[in-house]
Amino acid sequence: MNIKKYVAYRLLSSLFVLFGLSLLIFTLSRLVPGDPARLALGPMAPQWAVDRLREQLHLNEPIYMQYFYWVSNVLKGDLGQSLVTRRGVFSDILEFFPATFELVMFSVIISSSLAIILGVTAGKYANSWWDNIVRVTSYVGIAIPSFVWAILSVFIFGYLLRWFPTLGRLSAGVATPPKVTGLLMLDCLLAGRLDVFIDGFYHMILPGSSLVLGRLSQEARITRASVVENLNKDYIMAARSFGIPERTITLKNLLKPSLIPTVAVMGMDIAGSMGGSFIIETIFNWPGIGRYGISAMLSNDINAIVGVVMLTGVFFAFMNIIVDLITAYLDPRIMMKMKSG
Amino acid sequence: MNSELMKERAKRNWYKFSRNPLSIVGLIVVLSVILIAIFADYVAPYPEHAFVFVDFKNAKSPPTLKNLCGTDLAGRDILSRIFFGFRYSLLMAISVLSVATPPGVLLGLIAGYMRDTWVDTVIMRVADVFLSVPSMVLALAVCSMLEPTLYNAMLAVTVMWWPWYTRLVYGLASSIKNEYFIQAAEVTGASTISILFGEILPNCLSPIFTKMTLDVGWVILIGSTLSFVGLGAQPPTPDLGTMVSDGSKYIPSQWWISLFPALFIVLIILGFNLLGDGVRDMLAGD
Amino acid sequence: MSEELVDIRNLRVYFSIYEGLTKVLNGVNFRVARGEKVGLIGEAGCGKTTTVKSIMKILPTPPAIIEGGEIFLEGKDVLKMSQQELQTMRRKTVSMIFQDPTAALNPVFKVGDQIGDIIKFSQLALKEKVTKEEIKERTVKVLKEVQMPDPERIMNSYPIQLSGGMRQRICIAMALVSASNLLIADEPGTNLDVTIQDQVLRLLGDLVKERGTSIILISHALGAVKGLVDRVYVMYAGSMVEAATTADLFFDPLHPYTKALFNAVPKLTGGGIPEGILGRIPNYLNPPPGCRFNPRCPHSMPQCLEGAPPFFDVGESHEVACYLYGGN
Repeated sequence: MNIKKYVAYRLLSSLFVLFGLSLLIFTLSRLVPGDPARLALGPMAPQWAVDRLREQLHLNEPIYMQYFYWVSNVLKGDLGQSLVTRRGVFSDILEFFPATFELVMFSVIISSSLAIILGVTAGKYANSWWDNIVRVTSYVGIAIPSFVWAILSVFIFGYLLRWFPTLGRLSAGVATPPKVTGLLMLDCLLAGRLDVFIDGFYHMILPGSSLVLGRLSQEARITRASVVENLNKDYIMAARSFGIPERTITLKNLLKPSLIPTVAVMGMDIAGSMGGSFIIETIFNWPGIGRYGISAMLSNDINAIVGVVMLTGVFFAFMNIIVDLITAYLDPRIMMKMKSG
Repeated sequence: MNSELMKERAKRNWYKFSRNPLSIVGLIVVLSVILIAIFADYVAPYPEHAFVFVDFKNAKSPPTLKNLCGTDLAGRDILSRIFFGFRYSLLMAISVLSVATPPGVLLGLIAGYMRDTWVDTVIMRVADVFLSVPSMVLALAVCSMLEPTLYNAMLAVTVMWWPWYTRLVYGLASSIKNEYFIQAAEVTGASTISILFGEILPNCLSPIFTKMTLDVGWVILIGSTLSFVGLGAQPPTPDLGTMVSDGSKYIPSQWWISLFPALFIVLIILGFNLLGDGVRDMLAGD
Repeated sequence: MSEELVDIRNLRVYFSIYEGLTKVLNGVNFRVARGEKVGLIGEAGCGKTTTVKSIMKILPTPPAIIEGGEIFLEGKDVLKMSQQELQTMRRKTVSMIFQDPTAALNPVFKVGDQIGDIIKFSQLALKEKVTKEEIKERTVKVLKEVQMPDPERIMNSYPIQLSGGMRQRICIAMALVSASNLLIADEPGTNLDVTIQDQVLRLLGDLVKERGTSIILISHALGAVKGLVDRVYVMYAGSMVEAATTADLFFDPLHPYTKALFNAVPKLTGGGIPEGILGRIPNYLNPPPGCRFNPRCPHSMPQCLEGAPPFFDVGESHEVACYLYGGN
């Protein structure tokens, strides 16, 4: 089993799963009480307009036909219209996704690096004062829901200490650089606007930390446990017995096998952070897919809800494949098992 | 003597559980929460404030000796509401876990036992679909498509919780299936049901139970997040998440309205996590 | 100081576990001369591995506590060495072939990579700079020495792709490459098929003969040791009870434990089922006072309780730690 076959296999099974997801979400959406056409046009519209819209949206046909139309639309890029923004859901998603992507990526990269450092140092010096600090804080960190930390951090760092801004992506009145990629940070760097970059960076800190606190704590714990387990393995003792320096042992022989469980969790965490972004973006008024999704959910904007869920599913599947590839690189035993299994 | 054996077993389990003092802390916290929830009417200083009550003279007053956690927008004592709020947190955890676990476990047993048949593939693919989006997103979506009530929130969380148990039991069952005692039972003509429930399931109980205890914290976390967003319990129900949400508009001046419910949420989750770890230590190595 | 390669004097090592302190090594005395091949036999759990791991100072010292004694390696006390000296010692002087080859190999790195790392760091000790090509050459060379077919392919394989016998040879290769004067082989091939074990032991014997290195061969299989070593130590419950040349030991065992051990080996040439040794190995938490074999010994005397017997000389290179042969 080589890489190409493995990726093909995973892509195929992801497609199956996404297909199943679309079935699930579509069925759920059609179970919602209320007439979608009436909701779209509003209570004042005349009945004939509603009936005509029903025809256009194929709402009178059996449900499997509706599903068929829906899928063919999706493949054309048409996710329907949002009740809230009155625009195509697809263009809404294109507009709002980069902000979420940026926030999630930024937070996850920093938190994962931190988690690894904390986990490895805590594990290597197990039962030291540092280890105890890491363990206690990560324990508490897991128990704090993201919204709780969001509110706490707004209170402490936003109001009491006034260190970081609490709302939005940029301060009011700050000019945005020309939109090249849609990723604010990247665009700032490309346009050379460092001042905007720093402003944007500051705005990411509070929402970002709320987004990843629980996950950071969990990853640190898992890394630490993995390091502690591997420290006593014979191959570490053997490496030491051959005179390999401690630093190499920690950074090479110990690190690679210890990261395997962490990476597995990390992939889930990136995708899970997209879920968390729904809450965080709402609290911090961050113009991303999460805020969009929540407002859609609170106003029963079916098309938008379905679009957002599918997007999340696609992103999740994509992340899982990447994580699996990284894990296979870290642990060659996986590929071997695939050969026989 | 069977009871002697059980006493020994209980003593050994307690020893393993109590080796980590934090587990005892967790146990104390959880027991307190449960007791307070049950006897909220008697323990709360102002039980009548729990649901509908107004006293605008006293509204939004900071923590004092009279109201240890202050009062909220309607003048209700926050501490009393928090105590009643424990009920909803516990209710969420109990109902989600008791409804989601049996079908999840059952499907996992069947899929694991029938490994590599179409039954296995179908069940696990369906589970994969439910696990294909982050839990929060699915719960939010399901919740939003139904009317926002506490029961619908519980339903939404249940819907996305069962596949975890299916996966857990699937892994366990498929490895147990290859053990000799299973083959022995098959050969002697035991029915599938008796093998599933009599042979395989008992060996899975420890991990299942451990996972359930560790899950309580997570369910309460997700549940409080849902009600924070507005998709769970509705006012005037004293749900902790709803209380945090109500008070969030008044930060920082009336910080206590959000802070105390938030702190208690963390406390409950922490307590259950500590307890769960202790249970895991107790059942490990059996 | 001594001119011996290895001279362990009165080594006491304890392990701190939850239930208390296990006094595993109870005053071990052990010597290996330059170029000598020494065998170390004893039951599972008697402390053989602990002893040799102490020579290399790789026992994890949170649970392990080195309570006392001295380990002279080429004249210097290992227990007093600095971190730098220890590393040089591990790179230049001693290397070990671990008991479980599967556990001793890092599962996520290629075999060639792991051997290459050892070469890289052992050369540093000899103060030469090595290029990647040279490392590759030496790796292939040592793999050929341990009779691995197709060294190029093996180098690019992961441990999981190799058989048990191959893994054992890789471990031997790793020890050889870490240029050394002393090789410690901890029960080589024990986990493998007897025929493979035989091959492995032969290989070891040939290599040691070619290179003239000293070797400490640990085994709990008496026969394995016989053909390979010059001198044998017998160990019981944390101390050495007898030491003699191979011929002397097998021909004329003196310590009651050694005698009972040899009697317990079933003989192909009749004699029926042999007797085992009555009793059990002592509990290290609460070891018996004095001689640790005393509770099981048919020749027990009152002075056996007072203190563990030291080695008494009983002839050319033959020592016994038993009051039957010395003391009052």
